Amino acid sequence: MSDRLPGFSTLAVHAGAQPDPTTGARATPIYQTTSFVFNDADHAASLFGLQAFGNIYTRIGNPTNAVLEERVAALEGGTAALAVASGHAAQVVVLQQLLQPGDEFIAARKLYGGSINQFTHAFKSFGWNVVWADPDDIASFERAVTPRTKAIFIESIANPAGSITDIEAISTVARKAGVPLIVDNTLASPYLIRPIDHGADIVVHSLTKFLGGHGNSLGGIIVDAGTFDWSTGGKYPMLSEPRPEYHGIRLQETFGNFAFAIACRVLGLRDLGPALSPFNAFMILTGIETLPLRMQKHCDNAKAVAEFLAGHPAVASVSYAGLASDKYNQLARKYAPKGAGAVFTFSLKGGYDAGVNLVSKLQLFSHLANVGDTRSLVIHPASTTHSQLDDAAKVKSGAGPDVVRLSIGIEDKEDLIADLEQALSA
Amino acid sequence: MNHDAYPDNYIRGILNSVKSIAMVGASPQNVRPSYFAFKYLAQRGYDMIPVNPGHVGKDLLGKPFVASLSDIGRPIDMIDIFRNSSHIMPVVEEALTLDPLPKVIWMQLGARDDAAAMKAESVGIKVVMNRCPKIEYGRLSSEISWMGVNSRTLSSKRAPAPTQGMRLSLNRMSVGGGDTAASDRAAKNKAEQS
Repeated sequence: MSDRLPGFSTLAVHAGAQPDPTTGARATPIYQTTSFVFNDADHAASLFGLQAFGNIYTRIGNPTNAVLEERVAALEGGTAALAVASGHAAQVVVLQQLLQPGDEFIAARKLYGGSINQFTHAFKSFGWNVVWADPDDIASFERAVTPRTKAIFIESIANPAGSITDIEAISTVARKAGVPLIVDNTLASPYLIRPIDHGADIVVHSLTKFLGGHGNSLGGIIVDAGTFDWSTGGKYPMLSEPRPEYHGIRLQETFGNFAFAIACRVLGLRDLGPALSPFNAFMILTGIETLPLRMQKHCDNAKAVAEFLAGHPAVASVSYAGLASDKYNQLARKYAPKGAGAVFTFSLKGGYDAGVNLVSKLQLFSHLANVGDTRSLVIHPASTTHSQLDDAAKVKSGAGPDVVRLSIGIEDKEDLIADLEQALSA
Repeated sequence: MNHDAYPDNYIRGILNSVKSIAMVGASPQNVRPSYFAFKYLAQRGYDMIPVNPGHVGKDLLGKPFVASLSDIGRPIDMIDIFRNSSHIMPVVEEALTLDPLPKVIWMQLGARDDAAAMKAESVGIKVVMNRCPKIEYGRLSSEISWMGVNSRTLSSKRAPAPTQGMRLSLNRMSVGGGDTAASDRAAKNKAEQS
C-alpha cells in the first residue's frame, strides 16, 4: 500500500478494472443493459440528485464505460473522464459546457478535416464562433483573443501531416487569456504525448484511432485535467452557477477538481445523448491493454517508411516529424521522444495523377478514411477527408492536391516498404 | 504536512481510524453538499454528529443537531468543517478547548486556512484541507469510479458487492499520492495567487 507510481504499461492493463464483485470475472464484463435497479426510493432520489455514486441509465453512465473512462484518465494523468459515442461527440459535449451563443473559441488551423467542418458549419448554427489561428505562429493565437473567447483548441500531433504543436507555448496564451486549453490527443495517444503535463486543461480523443487501435469500434472521450478554476468571474456558468436541472447544485463547488467531467456527463451527455455502447467500450478497453506495444511498433514502422520515401526518386517531399530534416523535428524531440506518431503525408513529383495511381496500385495498404488501425492505410485527403475545404484552406491545413496521407500499421516494415516500392514504380 | 498534496496513506489512515465525526455547518437542505456528505458517511458506518446552531431541536437523518462542538458532551475523533475559509479559525479555536482533543480536523473542498491548520498541528492534531471525506472515501474504495473518476488506485482482488450501510475496504494499491500532479500544481498556483 505504499504510494508508488506504477508505469504506463501497468496502468494500460489495470487502471479502472478489477474483478467483478458479483461473479469474479477478471476481464471487464460488458454490461449490455439500458438501466440499473434502485435499492429503494431514497437511493433513486440520491442518484438522480447526484448525491450518491452509482448507475441509473446507460445514457448517463455504464460500468463497462466507467472502466474505460478511469483507464484513459489514468493514462492521461487527468482527474476524471467521460466516454462518448465518437471524437466528434466529445467536441460537441466539451464546447457545450464552455460556450454560450455568441461566444468564440480559437482553433488551430491544422486540424482533422472533419473538425474543421464541424467547427465552421455545425457549430456556427449553435452560435459558437470559431476563430482560426496558425499553430506555427504562436502570436496569431494571442491576437485572436477577445473578451468573448472561451477556449483554445489544438491537436497535439496534427492531421494530416503529423506536424507537432508547441502545446506549452499555446498553454501560456490560454492561461494569460483565462481560458482552458483543449488538446485533441488522438494521433499521439498518451503513450507518446501527455498534454496535461504540458499545460492542457482538457484532453479529447477519438478512441476509434490508436487507443482502440483495431479499426473496429467508434468512440470518443473527454479527460478533465482538474487544473482549471471555473469559478472566476461567472465566465463558465454551467460549472459555477446553481443548476436548475439539479435543484440548484453548483458543480464546481460540489465536485472540485473533476467538476468539468461531471458537467460533461450530467449536462452534456445526459441532455445531448451521444452515449457510447458498452460493447464498443469493451473492444476499446481490450485495445488499450496493448497500446504501449502497438504504438511503439507503429512509430518504428512509420520512421522506416518515411525514410524510405524520403530517399525515393518519385517522391517530392515527406512531412514526418520523426525525420531529422523535418521542420517539426525539434518539437518532436521535445514532446514525443518515443516516436513522432504514425500518420504523415508525402507528395509525389507526378502530382495529383501520380497520387491517384499510387493509391490504386497498393496491395497491402487499404484505401479508406481512417487512421490508427493495426493495418496500414492510405488516402488522398484533397479528394476525401479534406474535400469540403476550398483549395486555399486545403493547402493551409496540409492537404494540397499532390499530398497522400499514410497511417502506418503494425505489419512487418519490410512488407510495407516493398508494397510502396512496387506501387511507385508501377 | 504538505497541504498541497496529501499522500494516500495519510488520508487512508484517517478514514480507517476515525469512528465519530462532528460535522460543523451540516445542512438539513438535501441539495447542499454537507447534507449528502453527512448521509454518505453515516451510511458507511461513521458515527455522525450534526453541528449547526440554526437547527437545534431538529435532527438530521435521525441525529439531533447540537449548537456547538462543546455541546457534544463526549469525545469525538474528527471534526469536518463545512464553512468558508474565513470562518475556519473560530471553529478550530473551539476544537482546541475540547478535552480530549479531536484526532483530526478536516476542512471541506474549497476551504483552507493555513494559520488555523498550523495551530491544530502544533498540538498533534492531523489536518486535511480543501478535500471532501466523501470523495476521498469513494476514491480510495474506488466506489467513485462509477462516475468515471480516476481513483488513482488499483486492485486485483475481488471486492464484495457494495450495499448501503457497509464499510468498504480502502486498502487498495495507490498509484500516486494526493491528486494528480497537474491538479496539484494548479491548486498550488491558485493558493499562491490569492
